[in-house]
Amino acid sequence: MRKLLLCLALLIVLASLLYVSINPEDFGYSRDDHLIFGKPRYTDMDDYFIHNGQNQTAANNIVTSIVFDYRGFDTLGEASVLFTAVLAVGMVLRALRRGAK
Amino acid sequence: MMSKIVRTQANFLYPLIMIFGFYIIAHGHLTPGGGFQGGAVIATGVALIAVAYSYKNVKAWIKKTHLTGAEAIGLLTFIITALFGLSSSFFYNWLANSGLIFGDKVPYGVNPGYLNTAGTLPIMNFAVGIEVLGGLGVIIMYYLHYLKEVSRDAV
Repeated sequence: MRKLLLCLALLIVLASLLYVSINPEDFGYSRDDHLIFGKPRYTDMDDYFIHNGQNQTAANNIVTSIVFDYRGFDTLGEASVLFTAVLAVGMVLRALRRGAK
Repeated sequence: MMSKIVRTQANFLYPLIMIFGFYIIAHGHLTPGGGFQGGAVIATGVALIAVAYSYKNVKAWIKKTHLTGAEAIGLLTFIITALFGLSSSFFYNWLANSGLIFGDKVPYGVNPGYLNTAGTLPIMNFAVGIEVLGGLGVIIMYYLHYLKEVSRDAV
């Protein structure tokens, strides 16, 4: 019963995602926006990064200049996630040892 | 402790892994890679040594306190470097095109591979590299330290 419900939920999610990708007009996108695989929608953001990234950050690697400069706050979150993971591993393993004794 | 073959292989591979990880971190603003990836590669070297020579021989010179200290220092360096640009905005690249260290201009177009460019990006790469090295290394050492006492078969 539980597995049947899970399969049903998965099928509903899959059907809705497929419906959006096949009929984008129903959700506010026109056909010219190309909401399909391999052709992402045109945005001003990527053009801005590609044309100004080298002048503003003086880095040749656009990916690094986005990760550490334009989106630096995101990287700070990633680093703190690792910090929290280390904290959690230490706490869990210490509690495990206390339980084994 | 593992067999002599494994230990010899580990002795051979350990400096190569260290140099490769340092290369990935130091060239983070020129080639694919960066702090996270290079720190993970260096932590792989720590894991290799800790597995080849068993944990009780290694724990004397790979100390958990040093690794947690490296993690904290890396995160603090990252945040402080970001705070220095606060006159404009948080995470502002205040060293780029300034003529100071890492402050050279970069020509537009093909990647010439100048190491002395990119402003704060190399500093942040090193900070994140040290942080990831400390974090992943201390996770490995925690596993080897505590799981050995929980299950006698492990390690």
